[in-house]
Amino acid sequence: MFRTISLGMVSIAVIALASIWSPKWLLFPATMAASHGIVTLGIVLMMRSGVVSFGQGMVFASGAYCAALLAKHAGINDALVLVPAGGLASALLALPFAPLLARYRAIFFAMLTLSLSMVLYGILVKTETLGGSDGFNVARPQILGMELPPDMANLGMFWLSLAFVGALSIMMRIYFDSSRGLVALAIRENELRVEYLGSSVQRMIGTDFVVAAFLAGIGGALTGLTLGHIEPNFSYWTTSGELVFAAILAGHHSVAAVYLASFVLELVRSFSALYFPNTWQLALGLFLLIVIRFLPQGLGSLWIGNRQRSDKR
Amino acid sequence: MSQLLHTKGLRKSFGAVTAADDVSITITSNERVSLIGSNGAGKTTFANMVTGYLKPDAGSIEFLGKDISKLSPREVTKQGIARSFQIPQVFLQLSVLDNMLVAIACSQSELSFTRSSHRAEAIDSATRLLERFALHAYCDRKVVEMPGGMRKLLDIAMALTATPKLLLLDEPTSGVSVDEKFPMMDTVSAALESEGVSVLFVEHDMEIVQRYSKRVIAFYSGRVIADASPADVLADEQVQLYVTGRRK
Repeated sequence: MFRTISLGMVSIAVIALASIWSPKWLLFPATMAASHGIVTLGIVLMMRSGVVSFGQGMVFASGAYCAALLAKHAGINDALVLVPAGGLASALLALPFAPLLARYRAIFFAMLTLSLSMVLYGILVKTETLGGSDGFNVARPQILGMELPPDMANLGMFWLSLAFVGALSIMMRIYFDSSRGLVALAIRENELRVEYLGSSVQRMIGTDFVVAAFLAGIGGALTGLTLGHIEPNFSYWTTSGELVFAAILAGHHSVAAVYLASFVLELVRSFSALYFPNTWQLALGLFLLIVIRFLPQGLGSLWIGNRQRSDKR
Repeated sequence: MSQLLHTKGLRKSFGAVTAADDVSITITSNERVSLIGSNGAGKTTFANMVTGYLKPDAGSIEFLGKDISKLSPREVTKQGIARSFQIPQVFLQLSVLDNMLVAIACSQSELSFTRSSHRAEAIDSATRLLERFALHAYCDRKVVEMPGGMRKLLDIAMALTATPKLLLLDEPTSGVSVDEKFPMMDTVSAALESEGVSVLFVEHDMEIVQRYSKRVIAFYSGRVIADASPADVLADEQVQLYVTGRRK
């Protein structure tokens, strides 16, 4: 555990330092990649036990809306309050659905989560007090009571995202390496045997759904605060699809791969939108096909696979 | 010897097929009992009812004096009954050691979010059990790369991590070659002896039944037709007619 914590903290410190000298244009996609990466980490958590949520947009949106509404109506403007509040709101929203969803697997789980996210999308679009289909703007937050000067805003938001990435990634790595994390991999293969060995598969999947919702809420709140705007599209199925896309690209072995995948995806999206504005989804689709063909276990298998081979030698 | 398992009047039907009909069996501690019968006789249905996978239509199952007939497989395991399967239910993409560590983790009351799955005491207890089953040399090997006989042994070793009082083995030698079945059963037998667990095993191979059990229960058409020592059961006319097919 000590090794995980120190490695995580050193990595985050190095990235934070490197960002000072990085090109200015890179900070925004890197911040989006970090916040979306946190959401993707939740999907990867569920993928480890063999279920994929196609409706993570629901908890992504609820986190973003909670942070934005608190900022707009409650006068809370500190990101260190707004972001955890977003995570908490999403976890609370997921809580009543978790026992129901935990009874389903495969396409049924995916479709049920997708349905829930589309229900929320419908509610958000039709609710004028929540901004309707246009959503509403969010003022730039303070961090620890300090205003971010305009020239430091992008860097500040990146560091804020990085701090959450660091803390949550360390926690998730510890979780993946725990007894519970190993049992999740066993559930993916043979859940009946896990039950016969004495563990409750439904309870495990239900709990993971709530944890993933918390992560999605954090990611949603960070995204909303970074963009300065929230909208119902956060809960639309294409948003959930892109997050699943990043999870497939990352694979379920490595936490670092999740952020790498999210960052690669953000770059592919940005450059495709720049150079092929009308066909960027096509470029994205081709990219996914290539990944599935050549890296079916995701980017993480590049170094996890190597490590396992060298362990055997 | 104290009574471990007691079933009374168990019945189970699947449509028009009666898989268990008034099955009353008592198993005491330190017994080694085999269940024999032709295909469809009701042996596996009985094992599935005892382990909570199937609920009986009528009758009761008591384990250590407690009614377990309505419990789930997970709850039955927590009471002290474990099982292995005809087709080994192991985690193919995980290593042998990881399979054992999963079993050890599941046998604990709560799964920890923070405690490492590969902590020293868990690895020690996994290795100790693997040594008893002569599998410790394959710790790091993925199960998918292992032959069927070894998967069977691993399946049984995993069932023992919960330190059960009663272990049900569903056809432990099915799919194992003639040359391997006795060495394999010797290994299993020695390991179970050292664990002090009562064993109930479903078996088709009469040589295995004679050599490794002290009591035999024969099933036919969902009913118990004989329950005695191996020699007596195998000499029974009905058993010879319906089960072994060796009637003179």
